[in-house]
Order: sequence, then structure tokens, then C-alpha cells
Amino acid sequence: MQNYFNELANFLTAQLKGDEIFTCTFSGEDSNFVRFNQNLIRQAGGVAQRNLSLDLIQGRRHAPGNCTLTGERSQDESRLAQILDELRRKLPHLPDDPHLLYATQVNSTEQLGENRLIPATDAVQQILAAGEGQDLVGIYASGGIFNGFANSLGQRNWFSTYSFNFDWSLYHQGDKAVKAAYAGFDWDDKVLRAKMDGARNQLAILAQEPKTLAPGQYRVFLSPVAVYDFVGLLGWGGFGLKSHRTKQTPLLRMIEAGATLHPALNIRENTAEGVAPNFDGKGFSKPEVVTLIAGGAYRDCLVSPRSAQEYGVPTNGASPDEAPDSLDIAAGDINADQILERLDTGVFINNVWYLNYSDQPACRITGMTRFACFWVEGGKIVAPLNVMRFDETLYRAFGDNLLGLTVEREIIVDSGSYGGRSSKSGRVPGALIKDFNFNL
Amino acid sequence: MIVEQQFLRMRPAVDFCSLRLVRSREEIIHVRQDILQPVVTGHDTGAMITITDNGGMGYAATSDLSSEGLKAAIEQAWTWAKCSAACSVIDFRKVVMPKYQGDYRSHVEKRWDTVPLSAKIEIARSECARLKTDDRIVDWDALLWFIEEEQILLTADGGRVSQHLEILIPGLSVTANAGSETVRRSFGGFDLGRQGGLEILDDIQYTQQAPKLSAEVIQLLAAPNCPTGVMDVLLDADQMYLQIHESVGHPLELDRILGDERNYAGTTFVTPDMLRNHYQYGSALMNITFDPTLGNQLATYAFDDDGLKAEKVFIIKDGILQRALGGVTSQTRAGLPGTANSRASGWNRPPTDRMANLNLEPGVFSFEAMVGSIANGVYMKRNTSWSIDDSRNKFQFGCEYGRRIVDGELREVVKKPCYKGISATFWRNLKRVGNRDTVQVLGTPYCGKGEPNQVVRVGHATPACVFGDVDVFGGE
Repeated sequence: MQNYFNELANFLTAQLKGDEIFTCTFSGEDSNFVRFNQNLIRQAGGVAQRNLSLDLIQGRRHAPGNCTLTGERSQDESRLAQILDELRRKLPHLPDDPHLLYATQVNSTEQLGENRLIPATDAVQQILAAGEGQDLVGIYASGGIFNGFANSLGQRNWFSTYSFNFDWSLYHQGDKAVKAAYAGFDWDDKVLRAKMDGARNQLAILAQEPKTLAPGQYRVFLSPVAVYDFVGLLGWGGFGLKSHRTKQTPLLRMIEAGATLHPALNIRENTAEGVAPNFDGKGFSKPEVVTLIAGGAYRDCLVSPRSAQEYGVPTNGASPDEAPDSLDIAAGDINADQILERLDTGVFINNVWYLNYSDQPACRITGMTRFACFWVEGGKIVAPLNVMRFDETLYRAFGDNLLGLTVEREIIVDSGSYGGRSSKSGRVPGALIKDFNFNL
Repeated sequence: MIVEQQFLRMRPAVDFCSLRLVRSREEIIHVRQDILQPVVTGHDTGAMITITDNGGMGYAATSDLSSEGLKAAIEQAWTWAKCSAACSVIDFRKVVMPKYQGDYRSHVEKRWDTVPLSAKIEIARSECARLKTDDRIVDWDALLWFIEEEQILLTADGGRVSQHLEILIPGLSVTANAGSETVRRSFGGFDLGRQGGLEILDDIQYTQQAPKLSAEVIQLLAAPNCPTGVMDVLLDADQMYLQIHESVGHPLELDRILGDERNYAGTTFVTPDMLRNHYQYGSALMNITFDPTLGNQLATYAFDDDGLKAEKVFIIKDGILQRALGGVTSQTRAGLPGTANSRASGWNRPPTDRMANLNLEPGVFSFEAMVGSIANGVYMKRNTSWSIDDSRNKFQFGCEYGRRIVDGELREVVKKPCYKGISATFWRNLKRVGNRDTVQVLGTPYCGKGEPNQVVRVGHATPACVFGDVDVFGGE
């Protein structure tokens, strides 16, 4: 596939006229998706897709376009020639773009994944066997993911990975369920069964009479998955330069009013240890690390090439939405075996759901508890929790009310697949918080 | 067409086989802070093969439409059908797939392609420029998003459905800041798209919105927070659409009732017994219709993506639940009636139960009469925050703009109006439904659901409404 992309890039280069140049990106996947419900197959299939995005540039004018590729060279060359012609016809009608920025220093790279996946049909049979007797619902996704960049200056970048992500729940009844995930590059039936056993063991607790909390403030422990979702919402406008300069960031009070978070909070975009490509759509390499929050204070922004040009600062290869791809939150000092004891009496939150800003400038976030959340008394789990709505600011939860972060961090591989399978990931600890506000 | 001929020539000896071929094109004109953003032109073409055989079902999607590509897709779909034959949620031999012949085209008066690019850019540029009326306005933009989609659904046993959609999604937004407070007013984009051409801009009075938005965003900057308390709310159509979407549409999707979505989008508080036993969903004023046949709505079509013929049906009539939203597979699995709403986001995702056009039928009250009926309440406009639990029950929504209503009169502007409630009881407090003058034809291009994830377009036409005893609050 890498060679094919390079051949198409060479073809495009040969089609250029005069002082035209181009940048282009490639995205593709050969994926299997198998949905389960009640430990039976709901939908099973495969998706093979390749897409090329092309930006034809002449001076400061440029016209972007994209198309799907067939994988057959003559057809794709014909299609690309048509797109190129369409963009060329469009150029005279477009003004100069003052915010256009693309890499002019050639920096070719490749990150080649090795395909060690077992056949998807085998993995599915192992899942059905491991889930026997359970109300298992979820999705198994596996296969290759491919990303490339090329320009007419000669730069070539390539990224490939072959991974699986089995994301599932075991249901007790109603909305009471245990959520689990198994993601990686080397499938091991023993690991699957161990994770399934762990989820099955938690189901026993869910069989107990659930507790319904009255709205109010409670001591809570957020699991690493819950922290990833809560802090991850900040990816929605929190860290981008454009949202900072236009005062739309949910961290507005950090940049305008001197607000800070707990000194133990250190957040980074850690490309070096993530699973996403290390180059962007305009040919810039991403630094290994961008420090976003250090010691509870705001440090740097994620800067896309477009924002870099608009605001006159260097880019750090951020995507157009300027959201982290590889979220890294530093560990704390609470050991895993101390969590229940330190929580004492309160709510153990394994998963949160449907988060949104309820007051964006104040970074107040609302959302729900979901899946296996428990009421804890005297350091012991005593009952599953009926779902509760929270509405709490980041400044309280991860500021004055943060009691600590866990030593152990969890690697979370995003199971999202809007448009294509995600390459986002996180490495985050759990968090112990006091006076966390539940309102419904 | 070559692809169709190839498919019919290659059709395997299986119980059922279909080809769904999708070609789409889009063009996005976006002007931000008076600067034209890159004008993106997109072309997307691919096909999905679906096979059911011996009780199993499999699919394969490919952008390779050569004979080799289709052959490989058929083999892959067949492999998955075999793999799932003895372990599917239903024996697919029991599902009678539709076999219709028919077509559908969006009604278009002023085609996108008949207007020069420069003229369309100028529309967006001039509206964008009108938004910046004050130094406190820190961001502003205008959007024209055009989508054209052609889909052919071919079944090996003779069905052929052709549908051609043209869609325009216009938008405007303006953001103002003072110190650590930022507020926004917007129009369209997220909640307004329709089938048709550039005549839609006249229908929605696109060129008359900017001055109002700019004035309102400055008002919001100086406004107090929405008060806290239990009171009446008057929800304008651009909040009602979201209320319908989240607390009526999603809970009534049959695949949720069957449990398919429990690992991701969630379950539902609605049970098959509620569907069989005439559950009272809301007050007697509540009439919800599934209507994929209505004029220029965002999700109007003649057939769903399984080829089932689309018809208007009541989902809730006089407050009583009539049926759920589910396509032919879910209807067979549940043994319940449904709707023609098995839909996919594109050629690369399989159809599942989705909303299409889900509308609240208008009532008799004018806007003024609804305001006049409220002694203590808040008028809320334009959704900006949405969250609901995985059973689609406990919700919390926020709006961009509010006004106090006291003793039947609209009073001061309030910012960050929020309210929360529980779907199962909220609709029973529906006190007044606005008349046709208060109806807006809205919808969203961003309804997310499913594993693998899919975003589809849904339409919601709704009047403004009054709800009683609502838990209302504001910002920090």
C-alpha cells in the first residue's frame, strides 16, 4: 500500500503545471467489524477503504479536494487527474489564503507496523466461547490502518499499524453491566479469558440491590477510563490555540482569570508513546511531547499549521481540530490497593457517559455515571449504583477537591470508528476527588 | 451501469444478496472572520455487499468497484454469513427482505451547480461580514455546506431502488467575549439542513439573521445568569428539535429495545411491554410522527437502506405510544411493527435503526398565547449543551439564549439557561403546543450511534412548546 501511495504521489507530481505544487494525505483501512448481542453475532463484515486528500497550491491560492480510491492504478490515476483538473479550474475563483501553511523542508519518515493478527473469524469464535452463558454485547474490530503524506517537494511519510480492539460489556439486567476492553497487536486467548473472568466476577456485585443517591456532593474515585473521558472532553476546544485566541476555550478562566488546577496535574500530548502517526496533514512532524498543563498551570497549546500562520507562532503539527491524539496524564501517589481505603465512603465510578459542557467558560461539565459504578462504605463496596448525573467544574474536581491520582496508569486505546478506526489513545491514572456534585 | 451488471452477473447462490452503491459529493464554503477558508470538494464512492445464507448474515464494503473488487467483497460477505450462520441474533431466513422497484429525487429549485462558485462565496462572505458589529465580538463565521448523494440498492432477486439527494446546510455563528466570559449565538449549521438547492436560503431568511445574532450576543454578554427554580419553560423550535431527538427518538429505536446498542449508544427505558400496552408517553397534546415523505426535510426518502418503502406513521398519538422506530430486521426480531428507518451513514457502514424525519405535530397556540399563559418561567432558544443517560431518561440540556417570562410577558435576557428532567415523565408535563406559525423545519447532520460508529442526518420539524414544573438553572 505504501508503494501504491508513493506511485500515485509521483503521478500527481508529473501532472503539475507551471508553479503548481501539491500536498496530499492518504488514509485507508482493511477492517473487520463484528457486533455482538447476547453473546450472538448481530452484524459481521469487512470494510476496505482508501481515501486521498489533495491540496493544489499556486502561490497563496489553494484548492483542497478528496476522493476515494479503488486500489486499481489506471482507475485511480484517471480519478486523480479529474480531481486535479477540477481543482485547477477552481483556483482562479479563489482569493489568496493568508493562513495557508505547509511544510517546505522535506522530512520523510516511515513507521511500519507488523501484521501479527490472527484471522478475525478465529478471534470471533474465541470470543463466543469465552462469553458463553453471558449476556455479552459489544464489538470486535481488527485489521490494518494506513496513513500517508506526500508533496511535490519530494516528502513522503508513511504510517501503518495492524491492531485489534474488542470493546464489550457483560450485562446483569436492565442497565447494570460491566464494561471491559482488550486491545493490542498480538491476540492471546488467555488474556481474553482473564479479562472475561475479571468482568464476570464484577457481575456478582451488580446482582445486589442497587443504591440510589440523593443529589448532593460525594467523595468519588474516577477510574482511569473515567478520567480519560472527563479530562478528554477538554480535547473539545480546551487545548487548541484557535480556541484560546478566540476566547472559546473551556479553560478560559486559566488564561484570563489566573485560575489553576491542582499542582499534581500534569497533562501532555505524548506522541512518542501514543499509537497515532507522528506527522500531520501538511507535512509537519509532531514533537515527541507537548506539555499542555504543568503543575496545574496552563503551559502550551496544540497549534495546527493554519493557526500557526494565523497567529504567528510555530506549529506543533496538531490536527485541524487541535485536539490531543495521545493524551498523557502524569501518575500520582495513590497505590491501587489503597483506593477503596482512601475513598472510605463514596462512589467508585468505573465509567462516565455523554459528557458535555454545561457552562463552557467555567469549564462546568455534566455527564452520567454508567456501567459498573459502586457505593462504597468504610472502604468496602456495598452496592451497585443506580445511574447519577453529575454537573461539576474542572476547577473544583481537578483543583481544590482533587485528593490524589493513582500510581498506576492505564493505557486506553480509543475504540471509536466514525469514518474510520481511531488512532487515539491515552495513558492516565485514576483520581480521588471530594465533594463531587451530583444533581439528578 | 457497469457495476450493476457486474453484480448481477456475479450474484452468488445464496438466500439473499444485495448491492448498495453510494456516490456522494460535497462542497463546503466557510468564511471565518471575513477570510474564506479552504473550499473543500469531496467525492466518495463505494459499495456494500450484503449476503444472508443458511441463517447467517455478512457484509463487505469496498471502494474497489472493479469486477475483482466486487468479487472479493462477495467472498468476504459470504465468509461472514457462513461464520455467523449458527450464532446470529436471529435466523436470517426468517427476515423477509424487501424487493421494491422505485426511485426518489430531492425537489430542487435552484441547483447548487447553476450558481457560480464566486457568487456562492460572496453570499457567505457578505453574511459573515455583517456579524462583526462590536469590538467584543471575537469570532464569527458563515457556512454553506452542499451535499449530493446518489444511492442505488440492487437485490439479486430483482429489486432496484434509486435515490438522489441534494442537501444544503447553511450556518452562521458569532462569539463575544468580556474577560472570563464568552457567549455565542448561532443559526443553522448544527441544527438546520434541508433537501433542496439555494432556494433554501430564501426559505430560512438566511440574509436576515446576522444583525439579530450580533445584537443578541452582545445582550448575552451583559445578561444575568438564568435563575434557578422549578417553573414553566417555553422551548423554541431550535431547542425542541433536540428534546424530541434525545428523549423521544433515541429511546424508541427498536435496536436499542433489542439491546444491540447497550455497549455504546445505550439501552432505553422503553420496553416491548410499553409498546404492546399503550404506554402513556406524554400529555394528550403530544403527537409524534415518523414522516420520511415530508417535502424538503433533511431525512426525506422513499425507501430506507434495506429497500423498505417509507410511509408516514404516528409513533405517539394523543400522548399514547403506538410503535417503535425499527426496520425490517428489528421488526422480525421483536415481533413488533416499526418503520422504514434502517439507514447507513454511507457505503462503508451497515444499516441500523435510525431516526429519519421525526416530527412533533403542531397544536393551536400562538407564540404570544404561550407566553401569555406563563406566570413564572423562562423562554429558551437554540440548543448548546446536551447530555442524557444511557437509558435515555435523565437529561440535562442548555441553550444559548433565554428570556424571563413573568406574568405573561417576556422580560429580561438571561444567559446560559439550562434545564434537567426525566424523559419518562417530562413529556407528561407538555402543557401547550405551538401552532403552525411557530413550526420550524430543522434537523441535524450529526446524529451519532452504532458499532462501528455512524453519523447520519435526521430531520425534526417542530413547533415551540410549553412544559410545566421544570427544574431550571443557569451558569456558574
